[in-house]
Amino acid sequence: MDTNIPRTVPRKSATFDDATLAEIRRAASTGIYDIRGAGAKRKLPHFDDLLFLGASISRYPLEGYREKCGTDVVLGTRFAKKPIHLKIPITIAGMSFGSLSANAKEALGRGASAAGTSTTTGDGGMTPEERGQSKHLVYQYLPSRYGMNPDDLRKADAIEVVIGQGAKPGGGGMLLGQKISDRVAAMRCLPKGIDQRSACRHPDWTGPDDLEIKIQELREITNWEKPIYVKIGGARPYYDVALAVKAGADVVVVDGMQGGTAATQEVFIEHVGQPTLACIRPAVRALQELNMHRKVQLIVSGGIRNGADVAKALALGADAVAIGTAALVALGDNDPHYEAEYNALGTTAGAYDDWHEGRDPAGITTQDPVLSARLDPVKAGRRLYNYLKVLTLEAQTIARANGKSHVHNLEPEDLCALTIEAAAMAQVPLAGTDWIPGKVRF
Amino acid sequence: MNELDLKKEGIRGINSKLQTLPKNTNEKHWVVTNPMGQHSIAVGLDGPLQIDIKGHVGFYCGGMNKESEITIHGHAGVGTAENMMSGIVWVKGNSSESAGATGNGGLLVIDGDASSRCGISMKGIDIVVGGNVGHMSAFMGQRGNLVVCGDAGDALGDSIYEARLYVKGKVASLGADCIEKEMRAEHLADLERLLKAAKRKEKPSEFKRYGSARKLYNFSVDHADAY
Repeated sequence: MDTNIPRTVPRKSATFDDATLAEIRRAASTGIYDIRGAGAKRKLPHFDDLLFLGASISRYPLEGYREKCGTDVVLGTRFAKKPIHLKIPITIAGMSFGSLSANAKEALGRGASAAGTSTTTGDGGMTPEERGQSKHLVYQYLPSRYGMNPDDLRKADAIEVVIGQGAKPGGGGMLLGQKISDRVAAMRCLPKGIDQRSACRHPDWTGPDDLEIKIQELREITNWEKPIYVKIGGARPYYDVALAVKAGADVVVVDGMQGGTAATQEVFIEHVGQPTLACIRPAVRALQELNMHRKVQLIVSGGIRNGADVAKALALGADAVAIGTAALVALGDNDPHYEAEYNALGTTAGAYDDWHEGRDPAGITTQDPVLSARLDPVKAGRRLYNYLKVLTLEAQTIARANGKSHVHNLEPEDLCALTIEAAAMAQVPLAGTDWIPGKVRF
Repeated sequence: MNELDLKKEGIRGINSKLQTLPKNTNEKHWVVTNPMGQHSIAVGLDGPLQIDIKGHVGFYCGGMNKESEITIHGHAGVGTAENMMSGIVWVKGNSSESAGATGNGGLLVIDGDASSRCGISMKGIDIVVGGNVGHMSAFMGQRGNLVVCGDAGDALGDSIYEARLYVKGKVASLGADCIEKEMRAEHLADLERLLKAAKRKEKPSEFKRYGSARKLYNFSVDHADAY
């Protein structure tokens, strides 16, 4: 080789990058798609692309530590005889016993109850630990109907009809055999150790007209007491929210693609559905056009991490938010404390997402009794409580800075966007301009 | 016997009355008149009542029933006895889609035909259909028995788990992972019990049994073509 001749340096393809090449090799080797937990990991337009303007002369701020800033929210005011009154507008999203350990479910209940908010069952029925520790428990009504029974339905404080979730709008549940323990199998009426396939469509209704009848049945069974939520993934939020309202929902939950799942195909998580930021304004517009904004409450989930995210979601028109992944992290998921064990699993703290394998060192996404015992539900519940309090204080701090005496008084006019994409999705002006992409100015 | 006129009481009035009766009530027999094909009649009952509904009903009649014996003297709409826990729901006429969907227990008898998805995701319920069932019946059936005295439509028992299917007539086609299985003595005995409970005259020996091949219980690329 003549070293006097200049050579090109090795250049890797942006299209066929290392992660892509690794996935091709993995697929070729195993013959099965990649399955993992959590939500979309790709970079997406998100709440970080929005900023609050704050107050100065044109807006008057509230005193940070002296003047009251309310945070409570009432859910289910449309038809339910017994709406839920929460102290904070941050709820815990549906996560099943089965995907999570019993200790993790108990910890979620403890933390949420201490903070004055609700927690939610998942695709696997209601456990006594969860009911016992949850002051406000939302019972999910899913296509699989695992563990569904009228007694638990009546024990619930609200019912959430799950149509879809942000990580996989249009997809059904999945729980692999490693996590189908004796108890999980018994609750789901399944043989132990099989790979559970859940349906993606409800077995006894199709379409919005049927949904209306289904909601009527659930109300009849529960004496019209319970708020009925309808949860949708971020597919077509404008139309889906309008149809949920038409079907009689008290509350609509919209879950964007950053919302987590216990297990599904990577290709589904990363390539189906819309970012949370893109879902809120169409959902709110649907409610406003039906004169139902604030009458049918809107809960937004998918990538809520801090009080600023909470405040931004509320400013865009949500009544409350739900957290899942962040709640698990608060309990101890992906904690660097277990770095050596994550390394042994071929990953690192912060990146562990093979929740379906049931080998979670933190004892959260597992049914292994030894691993599960690592999570102290009392201490973990306290961590969740602390985290929920911080989220609330942060949201209040921002609301006061924008002159609001209640977090629900935040409004789109308090926001600007850092990118054109975020400005278009959130329908707020690009920073330093009065330009909202997609809005015609007169 | 007590009468409840749906035209006068409305759905809420009727369900409220039946749901709030004390468990030990002496007023056990109730007749519902003028059902007018309304939805959610006699849902969420929790006690040993005897309910006779004099006419056709809409969706979800007898939904989530516990212990009650509900007889529909007419045809029934979608999701009859959905998620039933125990008791009996008896349809004297035909029943629409998803009859007995996700039922955990009890007995559902349909004297006439059932439509598609009969016994979908069944979790322990027993269903006896005097006539035919439509396509995708017992889809993802987990537990319990589906007895069909007539014919079964396409994709019977698709993605089935451990539910047992007995069909006397023709099966248009079997769904993914559903196969014909040997009829052993315990199955004949089970079938005899079910036919007797449903007051059927067919003999167990006239039926074939279908169930899961259990090949899809764990993911394998070699079975991906089943879907």
